[in-house]
Amino acid sequence: MSMHGVGAKPERSRNFKQTFGRIMRRMLADRIRVFALVTFGAIGVALAVAGPKILGHATDLIFEGFFSSRFPEGTTKEQVVAGLRADGQDELASLLDAMNLQPGTGIDMTALAWILGLVTLLYVVSSLFTWFQGVLATVVVQGMVADLRNEVEDQLNHVPLSYLDGQERGEIMSRTTNDLDNLAQSLQQTLSQMIGSVLTVVGTLIMMLWISPTLTLIAVATIPIAIVLTGAIMKRSQPQFVAQWAETGKLNAHIEEAFTGHDVIRVFGRQEETQEIFDETNEALFGAAFKAQFISGVIQPLMMFVSNLNYVLVAVVGGYKVATGSLSIGSIQAFIQYSRQFTQPLTQVAAMINLLQSGMASAERVFEFLDEEREKPDNITATQLPDVDGRVVFDKVDFSYTDEPLIENLSLIAEPGQTIAIVGPTGAGKTTLTNLLLRFYELDGGSITLDGLNTADIGRKELRDDFGVVLQDAWLFEGTIRDNIAYGAQNPSEEEIVAAAKAASVDHFVRTMPDGYDTVIGDDGGGVSAGQRQLLTIARAFLSNPAILILDEATSSVDTRTEALVQQAMNDLRKGRTSFVVAHRLSTIQNADLIVVMDHGQIVEQGTHEELLAANGFYQRLYSAQFVTADLEA
Amino acid sequence: MLIPLLRKYLRPYGWPILWVCVFQFVQTIASLYLPGLNAKIIDEGVAKGDTTYIWQVGFLMLGVTVLQVVCNVIAVYIGARVAMAVGRDLRAGVFAKVESFGSQEVSAFGAPTLITRNTNDIQQIQLLLFVGLTMLVAAPMTGFGGLIMALREDVPLSGVFLVVLPALVITLGLIIQRMRPLFRLMQTRIDSLNHIMREQIFGVRVVRAFVREESEAARFAEANELYRGVAVNVGKLMSLFFPLLMGFMNLSVVLALWWGASRVGSGNLEVGQLIAFQQYLIQTLMAVMMATFMFMIWPRSEVSAERVTEVLDTVPAIEMQPDVPAVELQQGSVELRHASFAYPGAEQAVIQDVSMLASPGETTAIVGSTGSGKSTLLGLVARLFDVTEGEVRVDDHDVQSLRPVDVWSAIGLVPQKALLFTGTVASNLRYGNSNASDDDLWEALRIAQAADFVEALPEGLNASVSQGGSNFSGGQRQRLAIARALVKKPKIYMFDDSFSALDYATDAALRAAMTPVTRHATVIIVAQRISTIRHADRIVVLDEGRAVGIGTHRELMDTCEVYREIVLSQLSPEEAS
Repeated sequence: MSMHGVGAKPERSRNFKQTFGRIMRRMLADRIRVFALVTFGAIGVALAVAGPKILGHATDLIFEGFFSSRFPEGTTKEQVVAGLRADGQDELASLLDAMNLQPGTGIDMTALAWILGLVTLLYVVSSLFTWFQGVLATVVVQGMVADLRNEVEDQLNHVPLSYLDGQERGEIMSRTTNDLDNLAQSLQQTLSQMIGSVLTVVGTLIMMLWISPTLTLIAVATIPIAIVLTGAIMKRSQPQFVAQWAETGKLNAHIEEAFTGHDVIRVFGRQEETQEIFDETNEALFGAAFKAQFISGVIQPLMMFVSNLNYVLVAVVGGYKVATGSLSIGSIQAFIQYSRQFTQPLTQVAAMINLLQSGMASAERVFEFLDEEREKPDNITATQLPDVDGRVVFDKVDFSYTDEPLIENLSLIAEPGQTIAIVGPTGAGKTTLTNLLLRFYELDGGSITLDGLNTADIGRKELRDDFGVVLQDAWLFEGTIRDNIAYGAQNPSEEEIVAAAKAASVDHFVRTMPDGYDTVIGDDGGGVSAGQRQLLTIARAFLSNPAILILDEATSSVDTRTEALVQQAMNDLRKGRTSFVVAHRLSTIQNADLIVVMDHGQIVEQGTHEELLAANGFYQRLYSAQFVTADLEA
Repeated sequence: MLIPLLRKYLRPYGWPILWVCVFQFVQTIASLYLPGLNAKIIDEGVAKGDTTYIWQVGFLMLGVTVLQVVCNVIAVYIGARVAMAVGRDLRAGVFAKVESFGSQEVSAFGAPTLITRNTNDIQQIQLLLFVGLTMLVAAPMTGFGGLIMALREDVPLSGVFLVVLPALVITLGLIIQRMRPLFRLMQTRIDSLNHIMREQIFGVRVVRAFVREESEAARFAEANELYRGVAVNVGKLMSLFFPLLMGFMNLSVVLALWWGASRVGSGNLEVGQLIAFQQYLIQTLMAVMMATFMFMIWPRSEVSAERVTEVLDTVPAIEMQPDVPAVELQQGSVELRHASFAYPGAEQAVIQDVSMLASPGETTAIVGSTGSGKSTLLGLVARLFDVTEGEVRVDDHDVQSLRPVDVWSAIGLVPQKALLFTGTVASNLRYGNSNASDDDLWEALRIAQAADFVEALPEGLNASVSQGGSNFSGGQRQRLAIARALVKKPKIYMFDDSFSALDYATDAALRAAMTPVTRHATVIIVAQRISTIRHADRIVVLDEGRAVGIGTHRELMDTCEVYREIVLSQLSPEEAS
C-alpha cells in the first residue's frame, strides 16, 4: 500500500478494554463536573430507588383495607386469625397475622394520600437531579470529544509528511471524520445512561438487601449468567465492529479514488472494474455491519430472558415467604419491583453495549492516528537573526525516501539575492530539494545551513517563515479569493492584496468572476482552471513577502504568454531575495545566477547559462533537445 | 425526501419486512401476556400462599419468555439484515449514479461532497432503518396492546391514560420541535468541520510551508467550538427525555394507585389486577417513548436523505442509450462542425463555433492561453461533454448517435492531471487493456521514457502505487499515464498538456519514440510548448473559445497574430522562423 512502509503495519490485537479505559481517563480529566454528575446521579437514583419501598407501604395499606373490610367490625385480628385456622385456612391466617388488620374498617385514604404525596415529591425531585446529571454528562462528553477533535487537528499538523504521503488520504479522512463522528454519537448516547444505570444497580441492591437478604441472593444468582452471556456475545461482535469501520475506511478510499478519477475511468472503460471493486468492498461492509449489529442485538433479548427467569424465582420464593408470614405482601411487591429495576438497567447497559462497541472500534482508529509518531521536536539551539540574508548552503546532503538512496553527497551554495535554477530530467530529485529545504523531510546525512545556521537547529516554523512557496499542486482552500491570496500574510490591506493579484496577472480574471475578490472558490475547481489556480497561488506567495522564494514548477500549467507576464513580476519579486526555481522550460531560467543540473540525485553540472552551454555537457544537450526533436522527427 | 427514498429502496425487502412484523407481533403478544401472568402469581399464588400454583404459572412465564426471546432474535436478525442491505443498496445506487455522471455533473457537485453523500449520509439513513426495523416496529403494537390489556383489567381506571398520555405526547412533541432545527444546524456544522479537516489533509504542504498550522488550528477550533455549542444544546434537550419519562411513569403509577385504591376499597378491583394495570401502563408509556426516539434521529436522516436524493435524481446530460447498436470505430478521424459548448446558465460559451479536422496518420495540435477551452475541446471529442450546438463526428458518425463506450474504446487519453490508481504499476498500465502482456507493458514504458525508473524499482512492474499515484513524482506519474494510453493501442490519441511536467530532453525523446507507434492513429495534442507542436501537421489556435487560426507552424506565423505572440513568448525570432 505504501512506498514508505508506513501503512504495512501488522494488525494489532484489538482491545476494547484498553480503548475504553483511555476514553474514561480522558473523561475523568474534568474532575469537578464528573464528581458533580455522579453526585447528582446518586441523589436522583437514591430518591427514585426509595420510591417502590414507600409505595410498598401503599400497597400494604390497600391490602389491609381490602381484608379489613371483609371482616365484621368489632372483631379483633386475633379472633379473625383463630377463626381462619379453625376453618383450615392456615396459609391465609398466617398472611393476615403479619398484617395490621383492623376488621370492619376500609382503606385508610388519609394515610394513603400522605404516602402517595411523599412519593410524588420524591419522584419529581429525583427526575430533576437526573436531568442535571444528564446535562452535566452532555457537557463532559462534548467537551471531551471537542478536545479530542482538536488533538486530532494538532496531530495532523505534527505528523511527518512521510506518514501522510504514505497513507491513502481517503482512509485518513475517514478516521478523522467518520470515526470521530461515530465516537461522539455513541458516547453521547451511552455515557449519561450508563452512569445512571450503574448507580441504579447499586441503589437497588441496597434496598433489596434491606427487604430480604435471602431473596436478594436468589435475585443476584442470575447475574453471573447475564454477565457470562453478554461477555461471550461481545467477544464475538467486537471484531465485527472493528471490521465494519475498517471496511468503511476502505470504501471511503475507493470512492474517493473513483470520484476524483472519474474521467479517466470512463475513457479507459474501467467502469465495470471500478464497480466490481466497489461492490466487493460494499458487500464486505454489509457483511461486517450486519454481523456486528445482529450479534450485539441479541444481547437485549437474552437479558430479558434472564430478567424474567429472575422474576419467576423471586415470585416462587417470595410467595413461600409471604405464605409463611415472614414477609408482607407490600414488601414482596416492592421487592419484585426492585428486582425488575435491578435487571432493567442491566438490560439497558446491554442495549447500549452495541453502540459502545461500535464507538470503541472507531475510538481505536482515532487513537491509532493520534499515536502515530510525530515529527521529531524542534531542537532549537540556534536563535535566528531577525533579518535573513538568505545564504543557503547544502553540504554533502544524503537523502532517500526508501532504502534506495536518492540524493547522495549533494553540495550547493546559494548566495543572498541569487536565483538558483534547478533543472534536470524528470525524477532527478528536483522536487525533493524543496522537501528538504522546507524540512518536510529530514536529511539522512550532511547539512543544510541558512545564513550559517544549520536548518536542523532552527525551528521548523521559524525556518518556513523565511520561505515563500509556489508548488506544482495548486492547492486553494474553500473561501473567498481575497482570503486565499492573503493566506500567507498577516492582515494585509486591500491594496496589498490587489497589488499581489496584479503582479501575478490574475487581477483581471478575478474581476470577471461574479463577486470579484469575494467570489468563493473551493478545493475542487468550481470554474477556475488549473492555470488560474496556479496564478492565485503565485499571488499568494507574492504577498507573503519571504526572504527566500521556492518556485517548484510554478508555471507549468500557465500558458507561455501569461507566463511571460508573471515572469516579469517574478523578476521584480526575486530582487534582493534568494530564489530556488525548479523548471522545465529552460527559457524561463536563462538569466539565473546559477543553474544547477541534476541527474539521478546528483549535481552533474553547475554554472551560468553561458558557462554551461560552453561546457557542451548535459545542460547543452537538454537545451538543444527542442531542436534535436526536429532532427528526430524529420 | 426520506419517505419516498425509503419506499423505493425497501420495496425489494417486502417479504423480510413482513416477517419482521410477524415475529415482532408474536413477541409483543408474549410480552403483553406476561403482566397478566404476574398478576395471577400475586393474586392466586402469593396472596394465597400457593407455591405449587406459583411454580406452574412460573414455568408458563418462562415458556412464554423463551418464545418471546426466540421471536425477538429472529426479528433482529431479519431487521438488521434488511437495514444493512438497504444501506448497501443505497451506496451502490449512489455510486452507480455518479459513475453515470459526465464531467459536468461531477464538477457541479464537487467530488468531496459526493464522497460524503455516498458514505456518511447513507450511514445516517441506515441507522434510522436499523433502529426502526429492530426496535420500533414493536412500539405501536406494544402501545395499543398495552392499552387494550389495561382496558380489560379495568375500564374506569384506564382514565389514567387520558390524563397521562396527552401530557406525555405534548411534552415530548414540544422538545422534539425545539430539537429539529438544532439537528439541522448540527449537520451543517459537522459538515464544515469535516470540510476543514479534508482541506488540511490535502493541502498539508501549503499549510506547513506558509506556517499556517496555528491559524488553521484556530480555524478548526472555532468550527469545533460552534459544533460543540450546538451539540451541547441538543444534548441538554435529549437529557430531558429520560427523567421526564421516568417522572411520567412514576407519577402515573402513583395516580393509578390512588384511583385504584378506592376501586379496590369499593370491591370493584382486585389488588393483583391493580398491579397488572400498572405494568400495562408502563409498557404503553415506554412504547410512546420508543416512538419518539425515532423522531429524534429522524431529522438528521431526513437531511441526509435530501442530499442523497439530490444525487439520485440528477439526470446526466449525457445519457447512456441502451438501444443504440454497437459500432466499432475503424479509422479514428475526428471532425468538429461549428461546435459550441456552454455550461448550463453560463453567460459565455467555453467553445464557440469551432470547426476542425483531425485525420488518422496526422498530428493535430491545439494551442492557446490558459482558459481558452483546449481541455474542453478534447472533452467534446471524448464525450465527457456534449456540444450545445453544432456536432462532433468520429469516422463520420455524430458522436451523440454512438454509445459513449464505443467512442471511449477508440480513445487513448492522457489527462492534464496524471492520475494513477491504487494498485501496482502493471495494474495501472493495463487500465485500458487488461490483456496486455508484460512485454507490451515494457514496450510502452520504453516509449514513454519510463522504463528506467520502473526498472529501478525493486519490484519493477509489481511495485505498488498508492492513491492518486502520490508515491511517484509528477513527471513519473505523467510518463506512466502516457504509457497507460499507449498500452491501450487506441485509434485516437489525446494528450492534454501531457508533456508539461517533462523536461525538454525527455519530451523530445518520448515524442520521437512514439512516432512509429502512432503512425496510423489520429493524434491530438494540447500543449503549451511550441517546441512540442511546431512540427504538427495542423495547429489549431484557440482564443477565448474560438478557433482563430488553423494551419502549419509556418502558415500561422504569417497569418495568425495570437499564434505569433505565443511563439515569441517562448522562442527568439531566429528560433521561431
